[in-house]
Amino acid sequence: MGKKFKKLIKNFSLSELRAGLGITAKELVNKKITVQFPEERTPISPRFRGLHALRRYPNGEERCIACKLCEAVCPANAITIESEMREDGTRRTTQYDIDLFKCIFCGFCEESCPVDAIVETQIFDYAFIDSREGSIINKARLLEVGDKNEDMINKTKLEDAKYK
Amino acid sequence: MMMALWQAFVVSTHNLLPWFDGVIATVLIILIKAFALIMPLMLVVAYFTYAERKMIGYMQLRIGPNRVGPRGWLQPIADALKLMTKEIIFPSKANIYLFLLAPVLAIAPAIAVWAVIPFAEGIFVVDLDVSLLYVLAIGSIGVYGIILAGWASNSKYPLLGALRSASLLVSYEIVIGFALVTVVMIAGSVNLNTIVEAQRGGILHWYWLPLLPMMIIFFISALVETNRAPFDVVEGESEIVGGTHVEYSGMTFAIFFLAEYANMILMAVLAVLLFFGGWHSPFMGIPYLEFMFSWVPGIVWLLAKSSFFMFLYLWVRATFPRFRYDQIMRLSWKVFLPITIIWIFVVALMTQLKLGVWFG
Repeated sequence: MGKKFKKLIKNFSLSELRAGLGITAKELVNKKITVQFPEERTPISPRFRGLHALRRYPNGEERCIACKLCEAVCPANAITIESEMREDGTRRTTQYDIDLFKCIFCGFCEESCPVDAIVETQIFDYAFIDSREGSIINKARLLEVGDKNEDMINKTKLEDAKYK
Repeated sequence: MMMALWQAFVVSTHNLLPWFDGVIATVLIILIKAFALIMPLMLVVAYFTYAERKMIGYMQLRIGPNRVGPRGWLQPIADALKLMTKEIIFPSKANIYLFLLAPVLAIAPAIAVWAVIPFAEGIFVVDLDVSLLYVLAIGSIGVYGIILAGWASNSKYPLLGALRSASLLVSYEIVIGFALVTVVMIAGSVNLNTIVEAQRGGILHWYWLPLLPMMIIFFISALVETNRAPFDVVEGESEIVGGTHVEYSGMTFAIFFLAEYANMILMAVLAVLLFFGGWHSPFMGIPYLEFMFSWVPGIVWLLAKSSFFMFLYLWVRATFPRFRYDQIMRLSWKVFLPITIIWIFVVALMTQLKLGVWFG
């Protein structure tokens, strides 16, 4: 009887409803946790695997020697490489395509590369909206990404170096 | 002062138009009055949606809309433009005339009710002697819009929503009716002006104190009547994907939306008029504060108090999960109805004993 009466009092005093309203009222004035994306960004790990890039040596020579290790290791068969001898007798790629529809961003290409030519940058907010073929990026565009973001690539490599 | 301004406005319109014969002038004045009422109402509705999104966002630790204009202030305008330019799609095999009549039937009572609402001493469109009954009667017509929308859509979810709406409104109309009977018993009138005047005095003279349970029940029933969370089973996104609104798009949907929000604001104002002393200052009768706040016009008090109730709508929506349908029915018939009936007898007893300041 006493228990029932207590429950009745509790129900009619709306105590639980008031507790709920109290919580929302408290959150109303709390600090908001929204990150407003284009202006604000969350921190990204130096190991983040985003859009690919082909790098050059400081003297402007491209690093890639067309060993095709990345092509071989790629689990999604996303990389296509053709190569031939350049006039100076070195082996270079004539075609280096990465199909971003197939790519699973596993980072194996970066790990397998003996000359650190192919890397995955921290760029994740890219979109190729002009055509569907835009998502299959060729050698020229990969080198362009590398040239533009050399500072970022160096920085992340340096940050991660001590854990390798 | 507001009253004097209003009187001056009415007199000047009469003087400015001597070449009109009586009928045209009268019609014109009625139109101007209606315009002066509806335009601010629509503006309040628009910015109420903005406030809703902001408030609920804040309560969920989000920011809410902040992209259109500074701090998102132009968001309601953008929404209105979007809805106006969107295509109105008619379901195949639906009766187009009924389909289009439904939103009209929803918005017309929602606006017509405002005719008898007094905003301050002497500021109203019509002073009707049975204004409370008028509010109840016209307010009940709004449900026809929803039922017709469900029927005319020729689709299953709208029909289910309409059925739910019909049974909900029938149950809660009774509860609201009984809750209002207690107010009428104390005030001794069904004229909203008289009811507010009967509450003349400070915050302790208003009816919320002797009628506290009735006020809570009125507010909860108002949530049901306006299909608001946590009683929004008529829309019930998780169950019937939007209820009566499923087949409506563009402006037809916008009109339902306007009607719903106009009704919400009406219920907030009504709660203030009936239980919170309308346009009276809460400090009336308190020696020092009364003088300090005597310059505030009555309409400001009314709007401030209504804003609190409107905020309560959003607060409740951000807090509680939706009720199950049978729980809502149980709440109405097994909880609210007995309480209201008991409280009618309590009020009758208090009236006979002439308790406190409320029973003059």
